[in-house]
Parts: sequence; C-alpha cells; structure tokens
Amino acid sequence: MYVAVKGGEAAIRATHDLVAQMRRGDPCVPELDTRQIREQMKLAVARVMNEGSLYDEDLAALALKQSQGDAVEAAFLMRAYRTTLPRFGSSAPLDTARMAIRRRISAAFKDLPGGQVLGPTYDYTHRLFDFALEAAGLTAAPAVTPGGAPLDESMPRVPDILGSEGLMEPERALPDDPAPCDVTREPAEFPIDRDGRLQMLARGDEGFLLGLAYSVQRGFGANHPFAGEIRMGETSVRYRPEDLGFEIDLGEITVTECQMINQFSGSKDAPPQFTRGYGFAFGHSERKAMSMAIVDRSLKCRDLGEAADYPAQKEEFVLYHCDTIEASGFVEHLKLPHYVDFQGELELIRKIRREHDERAAEPALFTPSEAAE
Amino acid sequence: MSADTALCADPNYNFAYIDEQTKRMIRRALLKAVSIPGYQVPFGSREMPLARGWGTGGIQVTAALIGPLDRLKVIDQGADDTTNAVAIRSFFSRVTGVETTQKVAEATIIQTRHRIPERPLTEDQILVYQVPQPEPLRKLEPSEVETRNMHAWEEYGLMQVRLYEDIARFGHVATTYSYPVMVNDRYVASPTPIPKFDNPKMNMMPALQLFGAGREKRIYAIPPYTKVRSLDFDDHPFTVQSWTQPCTLCGARDSYLDEVIVDDSGGRIFVCSDTDHCEGRRELGHVGPAEDSERST
Repeated sequence: MYVAVKGGEAAIRATHDLVAQMRRGDPCVPELDTRQIREQMKLAVARVMNEGSLYDEDLAALALKQSQGDAVEAAFLMRAYRTTLPRFGSSAPLDTARMAIRRRISAAFKDLPGGQVLGPTYDYTHRLFDFALEAAGLTAAPAVTPGGAPLDESMPRVPDILGSEGLMEPERALPDDPAPCDVTREPAEFPIDRDGRLQMLARGDEGFLLGLAYSVQRGFGANHPFAGEIRMGETSVRYRPEDLGFEIDLGEITVTECQMINQFSGSKDAPPQFTRGYGFAFGHSERKAMSMAIVDRSLKCRDLGEAADYPAQKEEFVLYHCDTIEASGFVEHLKLPHYVDFQGELELIRKIRREHDERAAEPALFTPSEAAE
Repeated sequence: MSADTALCADPNYNFAYIDEQTKRMIRRALLKAVSIPGYQVPFGSREMPLARGWGTGGIQVTAALIGPLDRLKVIDQGADDTTNAVAIRSFFSRVTGVETTQKVAEATIIQTRHRIPERPLTEDQILVYQVPQPEPLRKLEPSEVETRNMHAWEEYGLMQVRLYEDIARFGHVATTYSYPVMVNDRYVASPTPIPKFDNPKMNMMPALQLFGAGREKRIYAIPPYTKVRSLDFDDHPFTVQSWTQPCTLCGARDSYLDEVIVDDSGGRIFVCSDTDHCEGRRELGHVGPAEDSERST
C-alpha cells in the first residue's frame, strides 16, 4: 500500500552532508587553502567576480572552494551575498587612460604611442602540457627581467587617437550626465539605454557572450570587428562622499578593457565613420571583454539604423538570456517537481487519444477507393 | 510580538532576510498591483540565496509581508514536504523565527507553487504564488516591448486565436495548466502553472492573491472578491479536469489527484495532491476504496 513519501527535511539535510563530503574529496590529499585559489586560480577568480558582479578576490576564492570550482555556482554565491550589501554611492568614472598597464595591444596599428605591451598572456604559448607543474614544490616562478625602458605614463586609448581625426564615432555623455542605472535595483526596461546594456553584458555569462560574438564574426551579424585595443592593468577606484566634499581612493582593482573598431558605411545624415563596441571586465578577462565589445556594437544597430536580423542584434534576446544566474536557475528549476502539471497533461493526452480511438472505431463514411481519388 | 519567536531568528540577517528599504520598495509594488488587478508591476527584484526559478519572487513577496505573529505555510505541488517547500519553509524559519504550519486553516500566509489549497481560503489569509513566467502572452510573442503594448491596448485576440486553434486541432483547449484568466474584465493574466482545476477557486476568492516573479522582476495581484474568468468560447465553455476514481487514501472525489506509479507493470493509484486536505480527511475517518475493501474482508 502506497504511503505518501515523508521525510523530505531529513533527506535534504543529508544532501548537505554529502556535498560537503564530496567537496573535501580524498582526506589524504591536503585541503585547498582559499589563498592558494586567489593567487593561483586568478582567471577563475576573475570570472566569478565578473558574473558574480562583485569585486572581491577573497570571497570569489571562497566561492570557488565552496562550489568545487563550478564557476556558475560560485558566481551565484557572490550574487546572493552582494544583494545584502548596502549601496552607498557611485564611484567616479574610472580613468583607464591612466591605469597602470600590464598588457596593452592593438591589432589595428603596428605601433602607436605607448607601444605594444604584451604582458602576461597565454596567447603566444604552445598548448603543450608542462609536466613540471605536476611535481609539487619544483616550480618556483622564473625571475622576470624588466624591459629596457619604463612604460610611458600616458597610454592614449586607440579609439581616442582615431577620434581626433573625426573617424571614430564619439562617445558623448548624456545631457546633464545622469548617474548610470543599476539593473540590480531597478528592473531593466526595454528598449534599454546603453548604461543598462553594458551593465547586463558585464554581468553576463562569458560562454554565452563568446558564442554570440562568434556568430557575429561568422556572418550572423553585419560587422567585421578590429581589436582596436585591449588593455589590462590596475586602476584606482575613487569615490566622493557627500559629507567629505572631495574624492578619496577606495583601492586598486585589476581590470581589462577592450574597444572594438567596426565599419559603418554612414547614412544620409552622417558620413562614413568607424563605430565602436566597448567591453570591460574585472581581473584579467580578455575573452569576456572582447566578446562583450562585439556584442555591444552589435546591439547598437537600433541607434545606427541598421536592420536587426540576427540573434546578436536583438537586445531582448541577448540581454534577457545572458545572465548566468537567471539562466542556470531557470533551466535547473526543471529539476523541481512538476507532477501536478504533468498530471494535467497526462489526463488530456489520454482523453484526446481515447476520442481518437473512438472515432477510428466508427464505420467509415466513405470507401477506400473514394478516398484514393 | 512574542519575544520568543523573535529570538529564534538568525541574528546575522535582518528579519525576513531582505533589508527594510527593499521591503518598502516591494510593498509599494504590491500596493500598485492590488490597485490595478492583473497588471504586471515591474519591481527591483533582488537576488536571493535561493536560485532564480525556484521561488525567488514568492520569497520576496512573503518577506515583504511577513511579521512575527504570522503563521506560514509553504506548499509545492500541493504538498508541504516536497523539496522546494521544505527549503523555503526552513529559510523563513531561519530568518524570521515565525511559526510554520502545514494546516491551511492555521496559516495567515500561504506561499505556493503550482496549486491552490482545496480548502476555501478566508479574508484573513494571503496566498502568495511563485511565478516562473508572469506574461501569459509570452509563448505567443517573445518580446516584452510587444506584450506590454498588447496589454496596454487590451489586444488579446492572439490568445483567443490560439485557444481556437487548439479546439480545431484537438477538439479541446490543449492547455491544462497556466490556463489564462481575465482579471477584473481588463487584464489577461497567468494563473501561474496551477492546474486549470484550480482556476475557478481564483474567482471571487475572499483571500488576497499576490504573485511574485523574481527572475522576470514582476509583481501582480488579485484583490479579494475580484472577478477572475478563465478564457473560453460560448460553444466550448471552460471545464476542469475530473477523475473516474476517488483518492486511494481518503476517498475524496472533489480534489485534484496525482497519479502514483506503484509497480513496473503499469499499476497506479491516484492520491490527493493537497496533502493537508488528504490528511485532514483521514483524521476525520474517511478512507479510500482500497482500504475500504481491505477492511471489509
């Protein structure tokens, strides 16, 4: 005899214990220290900070440890914590032209003021296993010889160089320079302005944006982007408290910025000009910043009077679906019980099939030869 | 307020988790929603420590409403002991310390996913629905810009056409849950994925019905004693599901039944989805046909 299943609470408690056990793995292997994650898994930490929408390397490292390295679950932990933090104001705009550059490349010019700075990157490595990394304790980082000359203090941004010639679409502040919107406080409303779009892209899933950017390049979009510039380094965050009256330095963050240059043939009102897409991410996150820049440009189609024929040009499609946390939550909610609704479907499908069978059993109204005609 | 219950709340978090400013923001959205029955009010939905799509809208509505003297009941699929209901109930126990209950009659707030309790609700109760997709027109029109316009202009022809096409193809409206309703003769609204069996309970319900969609950042409401009509046609009136057999456990013939597979050769029984309803009947001595026959032998 069936007895309604009870004991859900005890079973759920047991899953908490099991996941803790699985997270620890073999107890003979030393436990991970969150400092090791913060220092040695920096790119994973950056991704969690981006999609978690919160710059805190220590918390991101803890999130990665707690989630067994699942970037989406880790970003979710960051978001759930972020929502409890008070919002005390907006920082002054970051001046990335004056950031302490560690990497800065332009694919549009062979050389440019400030030079090409390769910095730390996997781009020029051969993807061959370095088995020396497997043997613990043997891998002291090599001594780095500093370059011959110190980097220029000023590293003008490539689109600004083009802008002085009038070739580049200018970025203009809105009249009265209003504070940017915050989609975590006020719901995004469509059509959305660029500030909301950039915020949603910055929080968006790297994989989703990468796929969309790729689709634009392959022809599901009208643009051919040039990597005008990618820069990575440290910049200070400055904030002006109301009661203090002057800016104070809140600390330094590592950021990656990408500006893509795209063709624009002009319209009857505007001469041909290059247009730009903007990407920005916490930490060293070039793939994310580049994807974001391509998608940002793609979503400018409305303002530029271009047809929005492809997925990457449809802002509701892109922005509603790029959020890692919302997407994973809703896809995975299919794991929740749905048996009440499924019962409704079962009842209906049985009824329709029964009626179908009854109709089939009725004598035919015409003979097969007639039907064949 | 009893000091005992307040002491039980986790001191690391504000009462009901979200801060008071956010509660006020949600309450303003709720007031607007109650003032315009069936209209979807955008609100600054916060990220919660439970996943999107797992009840974050309902949780925020409940958190904005709940006080120390409330008694909370949480159900999913009609049951108090399904995983989602357990997780949400224990969340509110932790962050509010309020008393929880499994009995509909004792609850002041009932948060629900996919069902309306069988027992009629009263004016002293609030029913909070968890809403995965607040937009009843979404499957017909994916763009939010478009659907907001359709609501503004009361352009619901597309929905009627869809229902008509179902009847033309299948002989029935092939929607068994999330069956669209007209609220207060003005807005077409989603009753959330409750089975259409529950739709008639929404009409002129004495309790306040609130709907929270966290991921989609919308709140809507049906005030007490509001007209709620399931869309239909004069020659194809709205009907609800019915079963040929009663609940195997309590013998109820008037409740929504879940099918439970009991062996691997197609054997199945039907039991009430509303566990409180079923248990209450059994406590009163009602038995199902199976136990009835066991007793008589």
